[in-house]
Amino acid sequence: MAELVSHPDEVKIVSKRFGRGATGIDRYLELDGYKAVQKALGMQPDGIINEVKNSGLRGRGGAGFNTGMKWSFVPKQSPKPKYVLCNGDESEPGTCKDRLIFEHDPHAVIEGVVIAGIAVGSHTGYIYIRGEYRYLSNIMQQAIKDAYARGFLGKNIFGSGYDFDVYWHGGAGAYEVGEESALMESLEGKRGIPRIRPPFPAVVGLWGGPTVINNAETLASVPHIILGGAEWYASLGPAKNGGTRLFCLSGHLNRPGVYELPMGYNLKKMIHEVGGGIPDGQNLKAVVPGGSSTPVLSADEIDVAMDFDSMMKAGSMLGSGGVVVLDETTCMVKFALRTIKFYQHESCGWCIPCREGTDWLKKTLTRFHAGGGLKKDIDNMYYLSENMLGRTFCPLGDAAAMPTMAFIKKFRKEFEDHLEGRPCPFEKEGAVEQLPVMA
Amino acid sequence: MTFSDQFESRFAEMLSHYPTKRSVLVPTLLYAQDEVGYLSQEVIAELAQRLDLTELEVRNVISYYSMLTTKPRGKYNLQVCTNISCMLRGAEEIFDWCRQRLDIDHKGTTADGLFSLEEVECIGACSWAPAMQVNYDFHENLTVEKMDTILDEYKNRGMQ
Ligand SMILES: Cc1cc2nc3c(=O)[nH]c(=O)nc-3n(C[C@H](O)[C@H](O)[C@H](O)COP(=O)(O)O)c2cc1C
Ligand code: SF4
Ligand code: FES
Repeated sequence: MAELVSHPDEVKIVSKRFGRGATGIDRYLELDGYKAVQKALGMQPDGIINEVKNSGLRGRGGAGFNTGMKWSFVPKQSPKPKYVLCNGDESEPGTCKDRLIFEHDPHAVIEGVVIAGIAVGSHTGYIYIRGEYRYLSNIMQQAIKDAYARGFLGKNIFGSGYDFDVYWHGGAGAYEVGEESALMESLEGKRGIPRIRPPFPAVVGLWGGPTVINNAETLASVPHIILGGAEWYASLGPAKNGGTRLFCLSGHLNRPGVYELPMGYNLKKMIHEVGGGIPDGQNLKAVVPGGSSTPVLSADEIDVAMDFDSMMKAGSMLGSGGVVVLDETTCMVKFALRTIKFYQHESCGWCIPCREGTDWLKKTLTRFHAGGGLKKDIDNMYYLSENMLGRTFCPLGDAAAMPTMAFIKKFRKEFEDHLEGRPCPFEKEGAVEQLPVMA
Repeated sequence: MTFSDQFESRFAEMLSHYPTKRSVLVPTLLYAQDEVGYLSQEVIAELAQRLDLTELEVRNVISYYSMLTTKPRGKYNLQVCTNISCMLRGAEEIFDWCRQRLDIDHKGTTADGLFSLEEVECIGACSWAPAMQVNYDFHENLTVEKMDTILDEYKNRGMQ
């Protein structure tokens, strides 16, 4: 069970029940549980959607789309059943927050799913949890059972006349399945190959019915918005970036951990104060600010606000909330190689620019790090990434291309230092050992 | 072929959760694998038949998901994450230590069938890196010294 941390700058909303026994339904009820859904049952669906829209809540899964807006795309009338699908596939390297939500506050996710359902006129929700998180799947199965036993789920929830079923679902190891359309394929019992869009899932989703897909943290935030109001939630962060978010601090830090901070919190402060700074008297070299797919920031670029728009302006992305901190002893070529190895391994192979591009990048970087790099490789890798960008069937191709381009652009000198058979300057013994190669 | 009662009741319940039968496939494969140890020909045939799928369709799904395997593994499957957050905090050292101590490589199994080893992608323990899972159990903030104790514990448990 993952350790909890805290810092005075935290604003605990999604994490307010962490460590307080809220997996038990009675305790959850004591801690304001299931009040929001009862309030929502008394609201007009459009009222719920507007509240969420005005709160400035944006998707915590990575893309940062306004959640209320997404819900408003679901057609009011549909001949096919509508669905709510909670994305708990959490696999973006650097990200470990949904895990804490499932572990400590599973009912908040259930509540968020039901509220989303009421808002869009759906009667069925699924909570998809990655296969590795078996203990969390067990916690969720129990939580759902408890909610049914109290009449909070099923027919006529809370005596309202509204029916809503929630089911859990489990994966079996695949990053790509976190991509929303691949997620639906997986839930339908297939390989996680993405679907073409349009039509978007809000219109044609699970079994052809309109489907709202949201990240677990997004949905767990919703009950708090319904209770506290849009205005309050929006006021916690900068314009159009409402609320707080769980930031997963990892890498070279004295106090790594998952911290809930207001949107727009300064990254430099996050690293040096919340995360306790860099250990062993080392200096900061770089930060991957929002999971491995987000472009790296160099040490002099970190005086930025951590919200979706500011990060975009800074040339990166807020992404999934995974802040990975690298000190000066880190070899950027090796880091780039490990990053690309991941995307190569997880590429579903459906489209050529991603399947071949990630493979080619991995091979080149492996050779490069081992001292067999050629000068032209540097430009070639950049050019290749540039040409993957926007030309793949799903955003995994971009997720591989964007960080690669940033590594090369911002740390070109380190690539050059590996040239002409020179051993990697960061390897302790001077010799370059190959990274273990996954098959 | 027979599964446990728990498997059967979960399977029956899950079938009622979806409009199509095959939707239960992915989680069911994992639960079946947990009981049998791997997805044997027998398991594949059984699930294909129950879900009105061809064996090829089932195999096609199996080959997509990294946790699913058609080959037996050790009783304790060590899944060491070497992805970025773990790498920065010494995951390669942990993985190499496992290789040496168990004398097996990535996806290898020890001769006594007790352990197998896998280098895996991010398991959602980045803030508690380096980390691994042994079957489904998380072990975090790993050090080589800690690994020694953990492995001994599993070894003792496995011998009983
Ligand atoms: C390759 C890939 C992997 C993704 N993995 C996840 C994931 O593990 N969890 C998640 O919530 N969103 C993931 N996403 C984003 C989803 O496609 C989707 O945008 C998100 O679940 C929507 O929820 P949100 O609006 O609440 O963020 C991934 C996207 C891509 C392209
Ligand atoms: S971009 Fe990659 S993961 Fe996405 S469809 Fe193409 S091959 Fe598959
Ligand atoms: S990088 Fe190892 S658990 Fe996330």
